[in-house]
Amino acid sequence: MEFVSKIFAMAIVAIFVQNFVLMRFLGLCPYIGVSKKLDSALGMGMAVIFVMTMASTFTWLIQSYLLVPLKLEFLQTIAFILTIASLVQLVEIIIQKTAPALYKALGMFLPLITTNCAVLGVAILNINEEYSFIEAILNGFFAGLGFTLVLILMAGIREKLDKSEIPASMKGMPIAMIVAGCMALAFLGFSGLKI
Amino acid sequence: MKLMKEFTKGFIKENPVFVMALGLCPTLAVTTSVENAIGMGFAATFVLVFSNIFISLIKNFIPAKVRIPAYIVVIASFVTIIDMVMHAFVPALHKNLGLFIPLIVVNCIILGRAEAFAGKNNVIRSIFDGLGMGIGFTIAIIVIGAIREILGAGQLLGFDVLPQTYKPVLVAILAPGAFLVMGLLMGLMNLKKK
Repeated sequence: MEFVSKIFAMAIVAIFVQNFVLMRFLGLCPYIGVSKKLDSALGMGMAVIFVMTMASTFTWLIQSYLLVPLKLEFLQTIAFILTIASLVQLVEIIIQKTAPALYKALGMFLPLITTNCAVLGVAILNINEEYSFIEAILNGFFAGLGFTLVLILMAGIREKLDKSEIPASMKGMPIAMIVAGCMALAFLGFSGLKI
Repeated sequence: MKLMKEFTKGFIKENPVFVMALGLCPTLAVTTSVENAIGMGFAATFVLVFSNIFISLIKNFIPAKVRIPAYIVVIASFVTIIDMVMHAFVPALHKNLGLFIPLIVVNCIILGRAEAFAGKNNVIRSIFDGLGMGIGFTIAIIVIGAIREILGAGQLLGFDVLPQTYKPVLVAILAPGAFLVMGLLMGLMNLKKK
């Protein structure tokens, strides 16, 4: 029971209180870049959840069974980014062979994910917070969920924004930033939660 | 003369942050104070210059197909170096920047310059390009950091700059302030361009 409540608290923190995009500023490039249309936002979100969960799994294993026993912790950054890059490549190949429909939907987003700092960010955070194996995997999954949530919310707002009258100089990126600021204000409300 | 152009283009005309909107994550995350911004700017410039040098030196030996992974390894090596150096010499700053030092690896400015410039040009030009872009990035985050620190704490580099009666707008140094300041500055840049 204690485990369940701990996991629940972790989910709330990762999705709302310490949302990866709005509170930790991780993964902003896809957040601004891929949030123009709702369906592409959904595709990107799914791909990110998948890769973040996988990346959390593998980087935790590499850190615990390779880097720490061999006293190579200083190679963490290099090892993790290589793991993520090869993982993304692998996922791309597997999806392409086994689920062509899914590949078509996610296709162009997959390579972009390598340079999504949320993925490397969650991998390093898992190690810094000294999570256990199961916690690390779940944290990766929840963080991806939080990312997808705000990405989809943002896409919904921006589709509406397209039709509204905005001063010419604020169109595009600037107004997206302002909207993100308002969303961050709303999410700041969650920080009062006592967990 | 041409070198000078490579050097200065990053300041305003092709400013990586305001004009190209690259490297947003560190830009917004570490600009709660000018001190953090300077530290981040320095670290990123170091990585940018040295990875540009190295990549322009080895560009002829890397097969085109694996060039991106190769670039990432080069960048990650320099990030590891600056991470260890900062940990040793400026531990307080290192702790403030925290996660965002290893995350320089995935900063799109650096990979972007490697792909768009250092992979095609000679060493000398790549140095100037890296230095200029690094300084442009540093200027941008110092400006954002200064605005947020003045509004949010009434201070600049830790010194009081506004009268005692000023009530700090706390939201400016919290997460939403970063987005709002950035959005308004980008809008201002657009306005100036027209």
